[in-house]
Amino acid sequence: MSGTFTKSMARNIFYGGTVFFFLLLLALSFDTLQQLPKRDMRQNITPQIAEGKKIWETRNCIGCHTLMGEGAYFAPELGNVIVRYGDEGVKAFIQGRPKDGIPGRRSMPQFNFTDEQLDAIVAFLKHVNSINDANWPPNDQG
Amino acid sequence: MQYKSQAVAKPYFIAAIGLFVGQILFGLILGAQYVLGDFLFPAIPFNVARMVHTNLLIVWLLFGFMGGAYFMIPEEAETELFSPKLALLMFWIFLVAGAATIVGYLAVPYATLAELTGNDLLETMGREFLEQPLPTKIGIVVVALVFLFNITMTVLKGKKTAIATVLLIGLWGLAVFFLFSFYNPVNVVLDKFFWWWTVHLWVEGVWELILGSFLAFVLIKTTGVDREVIEKWLYVIVTLTLITGLIGMGHHYFWIGTPEYWQWWGSIFSALEPIPFFAMTVFAFNMVNRRRREHPNRAAVLWALGVGVMAFLGAGVWGFLHTLAPVNYYTHGSQITAAHGHMSFYGAYAMLVMMMISYAMPILNGKAANSNKSQVVEMWAFWLMTIAMVFITLFLTAAGILQVWLQRVSDSPLPFMVVQEKIAIFYWAREISGVFFLIGLILYITSFFIGGDKKETA
Repeated sequence: MSGTFTKSMARNIFYGGTVFFFLLLLALSFDTLQQLPKRDMRQNITPQIAEGKKIWETRNCIGCHTLMGEGAYFAPELGNVIVRYGDEGVKAFIQGRPKDGIPGRRSMPQFNFTDEQLDAIVAFLKHVNSINDANWPPNDQG
Repeated sequence: MQYKSQAVAKPYFIAAIGLFVGQILFGLILGAQYVLGDFLFPAIPFNVARMVHTNLLIVWLLFGFMGGAYFMIPEEAETELFSPKLALLMFWIFLVAGAATIVGYLAVPYATLAELTGNDLLETMGREFLEQPLPTKIGIVVVALVFLFNITMTVLKGKKTAIATVLLIGLWGLAVFFLFSFYNPVNVVLDKFFWWWTVHLWVEGVWELILGSFLAFVLIKTTGVDREVIEKWLYVIVTLTLITGLIGMGHHYFWIGTPEYWQWWGSIFSALEPIPFFAMTVFAFNMVNRRRREHPNRAAVLWALGVGVMAFLGAGVWGFLHTLAPVNYYTHGSQITAAHGHMSFYGAYAMLVMMMISYAMPILNGKAANSNKSQVVEMWAFWLMTIAMVFITLFLTAAGILQVWLQRVSDSPLPFMVVQEKIAIFYWAREISGVFFLIGLILYITSFFIGGDKKETA
């Protein structure tokens, strides 16, 4: 910080730099929004998938699991769980959780879902699995 | 205390510390559940404890930021706060809303809470860190706006220093970017894309302005170095923060359905994000070395130096470890992320609030600094908590490396839960470190109750 570099110069660089990079972020984001329809499979979103997302949120699944790698790290990744277990496997797993847990082990709560709700959850998870997410996770184990 | 109205900061600081204790207790519950899977199940499932842990963190940091601003702004603007009464009113509203939310998480199933609080009107719940019910989210906006009105009016009627300006930009940014938490489209990619506009632009964006501003304020006060020099540093640091951190958001856009060019933008710019943190460390040490006075509050100076170092390590180094796309492909959403999260939040923000409290609290109690005895205990607490956090981070990093190897890299990848059992030893070690952190925190609280020899009262 030599004497020629004054506080007002630093301030101007701060404002100029911030505005420039914020505009660049907006431009990149705008471009992303243009490109997303090719990747996010929005054309396939049905009311059932929307219902599945709502169940996902209102049961706070993200509080233990990850979805496309985001969430908590206490329970497995679910973005590709359909690949691991299949539709029926996922439903059977959710339904089969004991109410009081498993002694000494981590267990998912028993949510008492109806068949319709289970179908919606599976539809949502299948939809997430179909999103083009640059080939993540590296393998089926998530 | 130079200005009477600064006193409103005190309840904010006390609430912050109280909620901090709650956060750590729930952290210990979570750590125990990692190794004793059925601990407290089904009364407090992991997801509920984690919500309490992370939401308490956010709320106590916000209390700390608001208290810090109420303490700092009158001194910077050289005028009394616009409305101390409004500040106290907001304190109670925020505390009651925060407490009610935590009770809600613990008392009823989350789905019931969602139903009771009008999630059907506008679905915003159930997303990481933004789990708060709609009324709480609206409450946060109201409290933030009234708070911003209060301190903005104070600055407008007084002196407009660089430190105050940077703080105001940071705090207004905090309020504005929180509004993205109300946007939850059914398209999960869009949902995730804009979720980061709250989460990333907070912690790797505008919060760092608050960090820089608080740090600059405490350094001016404790070192007596010329304001021109310190404010020039501040501008340089926050410039570096935003030119790296804004596009650095791309490191969250690698694997969530967003275009692949983000792997380049995100890797390059977020690889530069450690620079502002490094500048902060250099800044803090430089100013303390060039000090023109010996401030009696040595504990506050220790916190200021600690923030620099630990923010650089936690946010800078541990962030860089897994920020390059080819690395992140394997580490994304693993215990490496958890390791980084712990040290960066502690180093950058928890320590920042404790620095501010350490500097301000004695002054709010009518003295320049606490007694020597009290400061010694506080410094012990500093070292215990900081070293415990270093160990928590190291153990989680070790767990993460093994997890990534066993689950994602090796020739025969193992299922998630099998891997979790294989790395349990590191979770035990992390939990033990957590107990030491709690002891440090108890010591920290004890230091407030250690009186002093009378000669040090100013």
